[in-house]
Amino acid sequence: MNELSKLFLPPDKSTVAHHYDSLFWFVHISGLILVVGLLAVIVYFVIKYHRSSEDEVTPVIKGDNKLEITWSVIPLIFVLIVFGWGYKLYMQEQTVPDDAYEVHVTGQQWSWGFDYANGAHSQKELHVPAGRPVKLVMTSKDVIHSFYVPSFRLKQDVLPNRYTSLWFNAPDTGRYQIFCAEYCGTGHSQMLGTVVVQKPQDFQTWLAKNKGGASNSNLKPAELGKQIYNQYACSTCHSTDGSKKTGPSWKGLFGSKVQLSSGKTVTADSAYIHESIIHPNAKVVKGFQPVMPNFQGQFDDNQINAIIEYIKTLK
Amino acid sequence: MDTAESNPNLKKVQVQRYKPEEDPENHYLNAEKGIWSWLTTLDHKRIGILYLISITFFFFVGGLMALMIRTELWTPTKTFIQAHTYNELFTLHGSIMIFLFLVPSVPAALGNFILPVQLGAKDVAFPRLNLLSYYLYITGAGIVIWAILSGGVDTGWTFYTPYSIQTSTAVTIMTFGVFVIGFSSILTGVNFITTIHKMRAPGMTWGKISLFTWSLYATSIMQILATPVLAITLALVAMERIMHVGIFDPALGGDPLLYEHMFWFYSHPAVYIMIVPGFGVVSEVITTFSKKHIFGYWAIALSSLAISLISFLVWGHHMFVSGQSAMASMVFSFLTFLVGIPTGIKMFNWAATLYKGSIKLESPLLYIFGFFFLFLVGGITGIVLASIALDVHLHDTYYVVAHFHFVMVGGMVMAFLAGLHYWWPKITGKMYNEKLARFTCVMIFIGFNVTFLPQFIMGAQGMPRRYFNYIEQFQPFHQVSTIGAYILGLGFFTVFLYLVKSLFTGEKAPANPWGSRGLEFQVPSPVPAHNFDHIPVIVHGPYDYHKPMEEFQLGLAEFGNGHGETVDPDIKTGSKEIKAE
Repeated sequence: MNELSKLFLPPDKSTVAHHYDSLFWFVHISGLILVVGLLAVIVYFVIKYHRSSEDEVTPVIKGDNKLEITWSVIPLIFVLIVFGWGYKLYMQEQTVPDDAYEVHVTGQQWSWGFDYANGAHSQKELHVPAGRPVKLVMTSKDVIHSFYVPSFRLKQDVLPNRYTSLWFNAPDTGRYQIFCAEYCGTGHSQMLGTVVVQKPQDFQTWLAKNKGGASNSNLKPAELGKQIYNQYACSTCHSTDGSKKTGPSWKGLFGSKVQLSSGKTVTADSAYIHESIIHPNAKVVKGFQPVMPNFQGQFDDNQINAIIEYIKTLK
Repeated sequence: MDTAESNPNLKKVQVQRYKPEEDPENHYLNAEKGIWSWLTTLDHKRIGILYLISITFFFFVGGLMALMIRTELWTPTKTFIQAHTYNELFTLHGSIMIFLFLVPSVPAALGNFILPVQLGAKDVAFPRLNLLSYYLYITGAGIVIWAILSGGVDTGWTFYTPYSIQTSTAVTIMTFGVFVIGFSSILTGVNFITTIHKMRAPGMTWGKISLFTWSLYATSIMQILATPVLAITLALVAMERIMHVGIFDPALGGDPLLYEHMFWFYSHPAVYIMIVPGFGVVSEVITTFSKKHIFGYWAIALSSLAISLISFLVWGHHMFVSGQSAMASMVFSFLTFLVGIPTGIKMFNWAATLYKGSIKLESPLLYIFGFFFLFLVGGITGIVLASIALDVHLHDTYYVVAHFHFVMVGGMVMAFLAGLHYWWPKITGKMYNEKLARFTCVMIFIGFNVTFLPQFIMGAQGMPRRYFNYIEQFQPFHQVSTIGAYILGLGFFTVFLYLVKSLFTGEKAPANPWGSRGLEFQVPSPVPAHNFDHIPVIVHGPYDYHKPMEEFQLGLAEFGNGHGETVDPDIKTGSKEIKAE
């Protein structure tokens, strides 16, 4: 059973995942029995009652109320079991334990940001302590996203106008995949992340070290720019090796002449790049669609300068 | 049973037998000539054929997009197109297949052709409205093409806000196109309901109409009640985009969850608008090829109506992880399980119909058996997804993609192909190559399973849908799926080829190639221009295979075909006295 489970389901790494898998297999195996049973009956009929001559006359059987009731009530009982079981499990997933550790999650096109109680911030990587309930309070800066961790069997949409929440308890340390499951635009499939489940003391160490917040001042501007390039998923649309993706490549961009879709030509200087980050559709490069999300209010000047410094290094 | 002697309200009617003419000289195809006669026709059969040609075109356009999507997914990163193009492709694939193929497929194409003939009517109740429906469909399709040419749409066929408000692609034009197509769907529904109520031949009581008719009746109710909500919702999206009225976009003070509620209020019944007509085809084919009375006529007929009623109360099962309240999720989950019951009843009744039948495994029945397996798998995985806790993990993954393809392609397209093969001799007067048809059916079945079974596994493993790039562990599943898609595509194209070929080189079809008791098989192939040269009189139900064929070929001569022509009095054979109200 466990081997079969491994083929069909990801490893169960939260306290509810195991219960989830039991229900998953209960419904699938009962369903399989029904499918095989009904098909066996049909195949038997087709062979047994195969037409041997065109003049064959069939008996008149117009129905049978006892049979109709039987095959209405038995499936009804079955689906009520599945309903009750699924509902019970769902309520378990919905009821957050009182001692849960709270992390704020922000979805934006196309990356995940995580804010911790002590001011620490991480992008793309959610750090949590093992063996302790964690509650995620989530909101979005732009469109609908969905926070999905297959190994925890958990998913919750993240909306721009409200807070939604999710809780889990991951007993084992490890790294688990985060997906965005609600389609959110061009870079949807790059909106990935990792849950890093650490031993409680390792988690505390990490938390203390990152107390500073968003801008990591230890890095040189160009290095910080590169970090932002990866963490905020700029890499989804902008290559650094000259290849054409959804957006123009950053290679050799700085100082070059750029042809715009309006027919004008501009020089890609600091002011132009700054504008393109906070008002991406103001000057769209010829041959590209105006699909870039708006980053106004998401980066401070320090971070935008870091990105410009990083672009300068790409020659 | 009342007789004319015992009940003064009943009167005796003289009827006579009309054996359908073989190889008729005059029929609906040659009644009028020229392209103009087709474009302005009021004949339900010709309008059905116009629909058939149009939906076939859009089926292959949508299919080509599916193949491009599958080809792109051969590798985990970019294979041959950009992410933005990929997103537009899956949006258009979904929109075209749903609005331009699946919704009109069985009702508007096959239903238009067959429904009036099965009722013993000369046409639908409102022939001009019927033509208007077609032109609204074509206009809507034209607007969709316009949207594609003005930059495409990248929102997914669901047009979820606020993304659909913010994207710079041609969402406004696209929603306008779907809005117009919606009216086509509503008008067809109105037309069919009126036709079924008012146009039935003498003796055609509610207990004698075909189950195909019942299924179209249930479908029409849903079309009329649900489609206006979609039209309003999409109009609101357009208003929000053009005039910045805050309804769904939180940046303007709106609520995106409201959009999801309104969208699924249409789009869940729409799923049944797509599948219920397919159920009707199953009942027709299964009785004909087992030469047997349907098991549980009323159970099947009423379960269609039950489905159309419950389908309005389950939309929230698309929103278990959306942020709607846990209470709402519980109620929607419960109601969703209930909709499985009438569907199950149908499956059991069909299987019971085969018992002690005289089963001949010809291609239409073969397609129905394909339907049986694929729809069962689609239905069972639907039960899985209806369970709230299970849906939390599987929602928006390839598991869901596989589930609805099993229902929509495995269920509906298989039923559509069964119906197309079943009625092809009646529609065209030609027989197709039966051996090739059986072979292709098996090929489609295999191709389909190779495409979509791996998607269940990768979905359960966590592969989200609408992903341009994916993590490498899923590559083997994607590659198998892509290979399957090409087999499937080749299968569909083969059907197209041999059916078109049969038009030119196919053998002439007899009036009743399958020995069916259905009324549509008691008229010549192809059908006469006004369906019946006499007013048909109905004594038996369409599944009374224990009664001799002559008793199904009855009519009143005195009215002619309604155009003042007189019927040849020499064909008065087997004159018979019956009782009718």
